Amino acid sequence: MRIPLVLSTLVARSAGVVSRFSGKGGGTTMPGRVLMALDPGASARLARRLKQGSAIISATNGKTTSAAMAAAILASRYRLAGNPAGANLSSGVATALLHTRGAELGLFEVDEAALPRVAEAVRPRALCLGNLFRDQLDRYGELEILAERWRGVVAGLAASSTLIVNEDDPQLAQLARGRAGVIRFGIEDASHGGPLPHAADARYCSACGVAYDYRLAYVGHLGEYSCPGCGFERLKPDIWAELIALDGLTGSSFLLHLPEETLSVRLGLPGLYNIYNALAAAALGYALGAQASEIVSGLESTEAAFGRSERIEIGEKRLLLLLIKNPTGANEVVRTIVASGTPKTLVIALNDGIADGQDVSWIWDVDFEPLLGGLERLVASGGRAAELALRFKYAGFPESRIELVPSPAEALDRGLELTGADGELIVCPTYTAMLELQSVLAQRGYADRYWQRAARAREASGTRKPR
Amino acid sequence: MTTRIRLCHLYPDQLNIYADRGNIAVLRSRAERRGYELEVIGVGVGETLSPECDLIYLGGGQDREQALIAPDLARRADEISSALEDGTALLAVCGGYQLLGRGYRDRTGVEMRGAGVLPLETVAGEGRMIGDVSIECELDPGDTHSVVGFENHGGRTHLDPGAVAFGRVVHGFGNEGASGFEGCRLGKAIGTYLHGPLLPRNPWLADWLLAQALGRRRGEAPDLEPLDDELEHQAHAVALKRARERGGKFP
Repeated sequence: MRIPLVLSTLVARSAGVVSRFSGKGGGTTMPGRVLMALDPGASARLARRLKQGSAIISATNGKTTSAAMAAAILASRYRLAGNPAGANLSSGVATALLHTRGAELGLFEVDEAALPRVAEAVRPRALCLGNLFRDQLDRYGELEILAERWRGVVAGLAASSTLIVNEDDPQLAQLARGRAGVIRFGIEDASHGGPLPHAADARYCSACGVAYDYRLAYVGHLGEYSCPGCGFERLKPDIWAELIALDGLTGSSFLLHLPEETLSVRLGLPGLYNIYNALAAAALGYALGAQASEIVSGLESTEAAFGRSERIEIGEKRLLLLLIKNPTGANEVVRTIVASGTPKTLVIALNDGIADGQDVSWIWDVDFEPLLGGLERLVASGGRAAELALRFKYAGFPESRIELVPSPAEALDRGLELTGADGELIVCPTYTAMLELQSVLAQRGYADRYWQRAARAREASGTRKPR
Repeated sequence: MTTRIRLCHLYPDQLNIYADRGNIAVLRSRAERRGYELEVIGVGVGETLSPECDLIYLGGGQDREQALIAPDLARRADEISSALEDGTALLAVCGGYQLLGRGYRDRTGVEMRGAGVLPLETVAGEGRMIGDVSIECELDPGDTHSVVGFENHGGRTHLDPGAVAFGRVVHGFGNEGASGFEGCRLGKAIGTYLHGPLLPRNPWLADWLLAQALGRRRGEAPDLEPLDDELEHQAHAVALKRARERGGKFP
């Protein structure tokens, strides 16, 4: 016998209340887990209640930020339901669906591996695929396996749905070939391109196996490619960025080309990787009917998502949190840091939980070397602090200038101690280390807890506050 | 004149998934700190192994990349075997380890031929063996070491009768999750599933390889002066703890 939806959702929501009151969490995944256990079909039925349907964003890097940007673009047009706290597995999406009353459009960021299951339940009218990088191979096995699963998702997408892909990622461009209703986005600014980096993933054509010719690469393997074997090549995107000016750690500006018009955009988030996030959000907004002016004001008003180039005031000092989680993402963080001058002190916190990746070998594929020029002290933190210290030692950084402080909270204190008055401390944590820091900062009253923020974000996007 | 150690890195563009450059960086730094120079020569598809090669390195790759280099590697059986007979040392990790055996049979029964240099073959199995791992090695009689790393393989590697493993599994899966053995050792050649990368937290193994490489020209492996490995030992201790807590469990 199927449990009535009204009953299963009631029980599941209560679980969230218990979770929040017990202080164990923000209730961002537990209600969904309860709901899925009571009624595996409930997510699909809840999703069908959204009058305007749902949109999904997935990517290895940038999905939280691009979802936040897309929410800002679409919030004036639709009342949104979403998972802004970054709970992006099936349980997190199910939890978000529990709080859809009054919402018209679902906007979800979804974990790469969870995408097939979520897409099947939610049946999105728009699916935005941002990038696929080497990340957490310990969880997914191999990147190819993931690309193959995404191929299945695209094949199962309704003909009326819009597929949005980053045309600069050849793996995603391949997925979209031969399909009608595709919007492609990319970067067209050779002045920001370079050679393919060491950790690049898509070196070989997924159709014929021959090595791509890369005219230039922007971020990881994202760039302008063509295959000398079968002739597969990047198409001119429908939506693109050019005349990009990067402004160190504070932001960037660029010219955004939409199919009908061209506008200038000033982003408050740094780095080329955030321009890709902005393009993903712009393309998704465009697909869902947003006006050009809404796209620009949405992008320009977006602030850093939790821990992603987020600035926090601590007395007279400032703290800048830059999440790192895989070689490509970390390389971009390093590039962005170095662009505004190498810091003297740096805290890097490497944990090895499931959410961080239990296999820490990825740090050896990160090009930390550009930091070594001006760096005076590295505070190596997290459960695998010693491993991180070894990475720097074998890069030639003097061991005497490395401090091992495994507790992220203590490493934060040590980093602040080493930071001059009025100075800014840069901390690069992996995911669970960032959660630890977030919790410490909240305890000390410097920042809100992430579910409080999520609740605010939900309110701002027009849905009712979860009870 | 500084003594040069020549390392041939096979397929650096294809087999590099588990931070293989970390292993090379460790070999280089530990050679240089003893006054030796490590010369690294990348050897790609269709290129020949350099003469006077002291050490061969093969890393891991994903299925697609492995398929790209497998035919070339299979043609190298004689080239690699004669280098080993000449006293060249070898380290092969994960995919490189599998393909130095006779071959890899996937789930559909299709066989990818390997070099056949190591006495083993690999068959795809149900579920990947992923996790922290610790093994115990005795490369020289009476000299036992703990080696820690991370394994991530769908293939089950079966050693031929009489073949020697690299080590005995303490925590984790190992070759096929059943025999209690990990990797394969044939003279101065070592194949293993352990990455992480392997050498930073197992510095004695890096030194063993360097000594064997130096031994090719000298006739015997020299004793290398010890280095300060305090940080390496700390990293080893944490990895060993992880292997004890969470190694050898299917996800």
